[in-house]
Amino acid sequence: MANNYYDPADLRKFGEITEWSEELGSKFFDYYGKVFEEGALTAREKSLIALAVSHVVKCPYCIDAYTKDGLQRGITKEEMMEAVHAGAAIESGATLVHGVQMMNKYKKLSM
Amino acid sequence: MPLKSLKARENDLSSPSKQQEFLNNGIFSDGELPRFKDKIAETNQLPLKPKKLEILQLNLGYMCNQVCSHCHVDAGPDRKEIMTVDTMQQCLEVIKTTGAHTLDLTGGAPEMNPNFRWFVKEASKAGIKDFIVRSNLTIILANKKYHDLPEFFKKYNVHVISSLPFYKKEKTDKQRGSGVFDKSIKALQMLNKVGYAQEGTGLKLDLVYNPSGAFLPTNQQAMERDFKSALKKDFDIDFNSLFAITNLPISRFLEFLIASENYEDYMYALVEAYNPAAVENVMCTNTISISWDGWLYDCDFNQMLDLKVNSKVKHISDYNEDLLNNREILISQHCYGCTAGAGSSCQGTVA
Repeated sequence: MANNYYDPADLRKFGEITEWSEELGSKFFDYYGKVFEEGALTAREKSLIALAVSHVVKCPYCIDAYTKDGLQRGITKEEMMEAVHAGAAIESGATLVHGVQMMNKYKKLSM
Repeated sequence: MPLKSLKARENDLSSPSKQQEFLNNGIFSDGELPRFKDKIAETNQLPLKPKKLEILQLNLGYMCNQVCSHCHVDAGPDRKEIMTVDTMQQCLEVIKTTGAHTLDLTGGAPEMNPNFRWFVKEASKAGIKDFIVRSNLTIILANKKYHDLPEFFKKYNVHVISSLPFYKKEKTDKQRGSGVFDKSIKALQMLNKVGYAQEGTGLKLDLVYNPSGAFLPTNQQAMERDFKSALKKDFDIDFNSLFAITNLPISRFLEFLIASENYEDYMYALVEAYNPAAVENVMCTNTISISWDGWLYDCDFNQMLDLKVNSKVKHISDYNEDLLNNREILISQHCYGCTAGAGSSCQGTVA
């Protein structure tokens, strides 16, 4: 076993989670595959969403996977970075919108 | 971006046997990944045999005006290997009797062979109707003597297939050299101007997309759509089809994979994307590749690995199509490059 929590080579083994729970693992991968098919959104658009979410959930495996996926789809580095900013903006917005709660509480507690 | 070929740099990987050694060892020798022969045996596709011969692919020489970082030929200005008139004569004799309908001329930059035009003329007289020239585009602008190539191609109804790794400057120049994108665009406009990819002319101009890095090409149709709309909008350029070609792990691309520590991941990606349906139509089943010095190979990649055909006939001087059609195709781990996903060939996807 590796001495660090994240090993890039572990991404290749993702499919092995099915070995310890075939039904749930298979259902997950079927669902996952279906989600990223062409639909009302293009597979290209979904790849960019996935890249943004990968950053927000801070998943190194997902970042590796969807950077590569984007390159394969001809997504430019400018598009990728804008997607990351879209994710980052929502994440920081989610923090900042709690500022209203802080303000509300402050006001309530203050004379 | 290398400035010289592996050969000129005296890099170990310029040796075909060193490359073969690399492809046979490491993750493939300890069973971590299956060897290609074992993989195709799973679906009863071993031995791999030719079907009807359709294409004679002639490599007119390794000399090129560019030094692309992914080049599987290790071509460049410093390569002096050029097909001689004598070997061309031998090829013309074969052309007169072959069952193949297409002559596919590649290099290096095939146009840099001093006898290129003479050979096209003679092959045309010998009955070849379907010519392919794999042009790197920039050669058309490289020197005044090449400026009329579009007219020459038109005269012989040459089907032009050109590499353009991306429809944007940055990625193209990074892979193919500074200034290549602008020159390629200019050359495409010149080809359009003489009638290439214009309705009613019958003059075909196809582009080749190959990934600019350690990743596989995606859906060919989607890429074609993106290329067509971007090139039309930005440069008013038309072309017929886009061929998505996977980079094979040999020569300079192998050098890049090893140096960037992407080799194992790339081989994993190729093996994971293995598609038995693509094996059915790999180009070695309908093509014979002939090197600048007349040796016969199953494909241009085997030529670069110096894997000569497994047949009594190994040279153009002894050419015998019946004997050759009975050969077993030589395979190794690089073949995974042609069977990944929708497959890959000099004509794009195959599955």
